[in-house]
Amino acid sequence: MAFINIKNKEVQAKIVYYGPGRGGKTSNLEYIYQQFRDRIPSEMVSIKTHGDRTLFFDFMPFIVGKIKGYSVRIQLYTVPGQVKYDATRRLVLKGVDGVVFVADSLSVQRKKNLISLKNLQTNLAAYKKDIFKIPLVLQYNKRDLEDQGIPVLPVDILEKDLNQQLKVPSFPASALKGDNVVATLKKIISLTMVAFQKGLT
Amino acid sequence: MASYEENSVSFTENSLDQRQLEEIERILHSDLISNGVHCVLLIDLAGNIIAKDDNGASRIDMYSLAALSAANFGAVEAMAKIVGEEEFALLFHKGESESLYFGKVNNELLIITVFGKEISLGLLRMKVADAMEHIRKIWRKF
Repeated sequence: MAFINIKNKEVQAKIVYYGPGRGGKTSNLEYIYQQFRDRIPSEMVSIKTHGDRTLFFDFMPFIVGKIKGYSVRIQLYTVPGQVKYDATRRLVLKGVDGVVFVADSLSVQRKKNLISLKNLQTNLAAYKKDIFKIPLVLQYNKRDLEDQGIPVLPVDILEKDLNQQLKVPSFPASALKGDNVVATLKKIISLTMVAFQKGLT
Repeated sequence: MASYEENSVSFTENSLDQRQLEEIERILHSDLISNGVHCVLLIDLAGNIIAKDDNGASRIDMYSLAALSAANFGAVEAMAKIVGEEEFALLFHKGESESLYFGKVNNELLIITVFGKEISLGLLRMKVADAMEHIRKIWRKF
């Protein structure tokens, strides 16, 4: 849950990028890091394996600016996507305020998206959070691969697979090229802030 | 959960008012910084900073330290459970010039101290234990 410091007029919120392994969660943060160096007061922290896979999480603070006189600082995290790292994934979700689910558009990854989304629901429930209530944005990543003739799932199939019940905002994106990475971030920040104001989280 | 227009600090179902927060900051300063600790953080287990203080010479990235400490603490606690322990009492990392000591204040809060050779681990542990007890008392006043 977010931390609001009335004395220093500061809000800290935690946003977690979730999704299947090799889906582009870290690439999202890397793009944001490159684009907004002036809003990121420190280095991006990554705990990864020698094979460059996320082992625990990536972390990066992001200064949004002032909202109603409060300086808003968002803590961006990714989780390790690989199935075997469920324990660490659950740890990173502790105190989460908003989630970006990064789905892999590759046709061969269709089932992995579903498993990961279900896993998100289970792990949120461990903290008594409801996937239908928490601020959530879906991102259909790797849309750029379509241009290279690699089979990707059409957006309407991804919508049907993942968003039929959730009905949350979704973005086709390319974390590598940066398409809709910022739009995704803006959306989740705005949903998270609205949820604070409503006192829903 | 408070909105950020309310006059309180809010996290994990609890809230601290400005007076309580000031009291905590005073404790961190008098119990720890005044005794030679370089930097101290009070964080929640999600990695948010609740209060912080330093000796003015510290150039530590406190937000990253908070995020990593919360995760590290969660991981160590999970390891303790695997070997049949509820928790490990001593969490301490010794460096050449800077060392880290972690203390669990209660189920929500963690205290992290960064210290050098000016203060012994024994004295530090005692001072951290005092500070944690003071913070627990403030916490119970809700």
